[in-house]
Amino acid sequence: MGRRKTLAQTQSGAEGLHSLPALLHRNATQFGDAPAYREKEFGIWQCWTWAEAAAEIRALALGFLELGVEKGDHIAVIGRNRPAHYWSMVAAQMVGAVPVPLYQDSVAEEMAYVLEHCGAKYVVCGDQEQVDKVIEIQENLHQVKHILYTDKRGMRKYDHSQMNALEDIMAEGRAGHFRFDAELDRRISEITYDDTCVMLYTSGTTGKPKGVVLSNRNVIESAKNSAEFDHLTRNEDILSYLPMAWVGDFIFSVGQAYWCGFCVNCPESADTMMTDLREIGPTYFFAPPRVFETQLTNVMIRMQDASALKQRMFNYFMDHAKKVGGRILDGKPVGFMDRLKYALGNILVYGPLKDTLGYSRIRVGYTAGEAIGPEIFEFYRSLGINLKQLYGQTEATVFITVQPDGEVRADTVGVPAPDVELKIAENGEIYYRSPGVFVEYYKNPESTASTKDPEGWVATGDAGFIEESSGHLRIIDRAKDVGKMADGSMFAPKYVENKLKFYPDILEAVLFGNGKDHCVAFINIDLNAVGNWAERNNIAYASYQELAGHPRVLETIKNHVAEVNKSVAADEMLSGCQVHRFVVLHKELDADDGEITRTRKVRRKFVEDKYADIIEALYDGSETVTTTTEVTYEDGRKGSISATLTIVDAPVVTATQHKVAAE
Amino acid sequence: MLDASEGYVTEDGRKIGGVVMEMKNITLRFGGVVAIKDISFDIREGEIRAIIGPNGAGKSSMLNVISGFYVPQEGEVWFHGKKRPPMKPYEVARQGIARTFQNIALFEGMSVLDNVMTGRLNFMKTNILQQGLWMGKAEAEETENREAVEKIIDFLEIQHIRKTPVSRLPYGLKKRVELARALAAEPKLLLLDEPMAGMNVEEKEDMCRFILDVNDEFGTTIALIEHDMGVVMDLSDRVVVMDYGKKIGDGTPDEVRNNKEVIDAYLGVSHD
Repeated sequence: MGRRKTLAQTQSGAEGLHSLPALLHRNATQFGDAPAYREKEFGIWQCWTWAEAAAEIRALALGFLELGVEKGDHIAVIGRNRPAHYWSMVAAQMVGAVPVPLYQDSVAEEMAYVLEHCGAKYVVCGDQEQVDKVIEIQENLHQVKHILYTDKRGMRKYDHSQMNALEDIMAEGRAGHFRFDAELDRRISEITYDDTCVMLYTSGTTGKPKGVVLSNRNVIESAKNSAEFDHLTRNEDILSYLPMAWVGDFIFSVGQAYWCGFCVNCPESADTMMTDLREIGPTYFFAPPRVFETQLTNVMIRMQDASALKQRMFNYFMDHAKKVGGRILDGKPVGFMDRLKYALGNILVYGPLKDTLGYSRIRVGYTAGEAIGPEIFEFYRSLGINLKQLYGQTEATVFITVQPDGEVRADTVGVPAPDVELKIAENGEIYYRSPGVFVEYYKNPESTASTKDPEGWVATGDAGFIEESSGHLRIIDRAKDVGKMADGSMFAPKYVENKLKFYPDILEAVLFGNGKDHCVAFINIDLNAVGNWAERNNIAYASYQELAGHPRVLETIKNHVAEVNKSVAADEMLSGCQVHRFVVLHKELDADDGEITRTRKVRRKFVEDKYADIIEALYDGSETVTTTTEVTYEDGRKGSISATLTIVDAPVVTATQHKVAAE
Repeated sequence: MLDASEGYVTEDGRKIGGVVMEMKNITLRFGGVVAIKDISFDIREGEIRAIIGPNGAGKSSMLNVISGFYVPQEGEVWFHGKKRPPMKPYEVARQGIARTFQNIALFEGMSVLDNVMTGRLNFMKTNILQQGLWMGKAEAEETENREAVEKIIDFLEIQHIRKTPVSRLPYGLKKRVELARALAAEPKLLLLDEPMAGMNVEEKEDMCRFILDVNDEFGTTIALIEHDMGVVMDLSDRVVVMDYGKKIGDGTPDEVRNNKEVIDAYLGVSHD
């Protein structure tokens, strides 16, 4: 493996394609007329070819030079997915600076930490809202030299002595190109394979965010390997709608897009994503399970309103698809009559449905970040959509394991990605080593040392095992979350939470019970699904809180919990994790309150401390609990809500015998 | 402040110009009922002017006088330094006045886009035949107007409902679509009849921002009626207060807030 890696590196090094600007130059010269970026604006898809994009990016880089950007400066980019923001990142690399994309929905104080930590002197903001946040931060942090903004709306009144519109900077760059051309070319030629490509902050379920430094080598090798793995070409179309600060978006919309030379499509706004998805019809698509869940819920809701004939047709053919669709996709033998019926179903149901969802052209689809419900996963696969799972991390430049075509299952995350080595430690924690392994955590050598050992092995923090029969990796839980119950049996909260979350009514679940003799749970209802159900059953409610506390809702959730308990009890190792008592929370767990991360992972410890009173009530046998909770509004103001919650006892399967985890 | 030619500068530094519209001693009667009694005030270029008052004070009637829908029995309406004769609503629209309605008046069966396009009717010169055939001039004209409409759709952030029939929209969004249609007419004076009635706090905040942005970005003069006092005081540069058809106050929000008659009208004092 070591030999092959070196070979690959020298090859790409020899071709001179050791930076994104170099790849951009290749794309602009080899297929300059091919579309590189599209963005829907004013109702029309605006398009830039590779040659045009290269010219825009160069103008921006020249503008950066005119502003006085030095090598090694950090340029923060805060905004939604827009071509101009991707260009800012590549232009930053051209002048030797380090782009740092940030989550645009962060509140000012979170952003302040990251801006201070990376020491960004220049900030590219999407709109007025982001500019306001940066100005607020700047009051305490006098390091930002210049703010740039993309959307000019509402910006006229601002003091522009240290501020400018991005397009004006580009115009200045164009005008000054005679002065700066030579300097820019010099800086581009100085970029090496081991220079920093991008710095991404991990949201971190514990503690402060950490700045993961990824080199050109990390990004380009990962993009290359993964593109070859899935046979991506420059004819792909992707929709870029996931947060730009997330490593996945950087790899798909920048790394792979530049390596392969395919087109990046940016939606008009966050709300139009589904419409834009349909108009673009991507061939390569990435989404967290939540997107697929929402789509499926919408399909089911609309089918319930459809005519009786359509419903019967839908049910009939979906049953058939469930039987043979996945097998056909995997290339397994299927009888002629079944194939014929599937083809008919494709004309009548699957085809139109895929078209409505925007998946009619899809070749490869990925989901990651969280476990996906097996039914949801199978639904998409049975339609003939090649949806697969991968397991990755920012520190690995995404890829650790991926599912190869034809070996796709709902309960595993696939085999090691090309050039990735895996090992499982004694405590079950997964370690990996690959060319994508990050350089370091910025200004944090202790964390770097505790995560990455001198030989390059990185601890994932997840516990799992490799299935012997297939070589696929299965994830159990976060290694630090796996604990022991009072009787010594295994406590793996994620396992139970995922089972709960597979019910459309349940948005989020948090299980407690480490060191106790039984488990209890918090549950968040899904307002869309439960609200729709309430509407159909004539249940009136005025607020989320009221709906969440409705006796019939509690009854429904109780049934879900009972079913989950049954299925958990079936697993010998984890039967101790059944939910004995639960509450339906009066508010959604929210990133603004710090309860979940921006990528929607529960901060278990934080939630446990914040709602300590409720947990206590869950264990002491009381029937209700009254609590007051602090909430943070989107603009950063704080308020509080109080509620009396009903505690529900859930039926549990009395396990014949707990198998105590092997000591 | 009421010097006719000079403007003034607001607290947040916006320059307000001269008088655009002046109402002189307006009296409006419906049979025996006197809806408006001898009211005079002016609206200046670039300002946000609010008309407030308790229910039945005659605010909507006043707005209808400004928009030319009602012709007052007494008094004069001066617009851009000229006395305005009684005119048809479309003539008023051509003068650069657009409005929204208290009870939403959109075409429910049409999409948002089509509704907003109707706001451009005054800019379309081709006849029904040309438009039906959609050839030559008609096509170019539609493209041009569509572009203007798309900019407004972008401005008011309603891209996601562009193709949605209005009947399927919630109330708050319908109000926004109405504003979009009014803006499509590129008005110099925009009349808003209770733009925030029936909205929740978040929708109100959004609407406030849009109104301020419209005023700031397009320099549109805005006259609005609103019940929510918090909103009015935050939003407007000057306020006219009406009660039982009479003007009881006129001035900046602070002046009006401290006006005894206004306080009485709002807190309730017997009228005998």
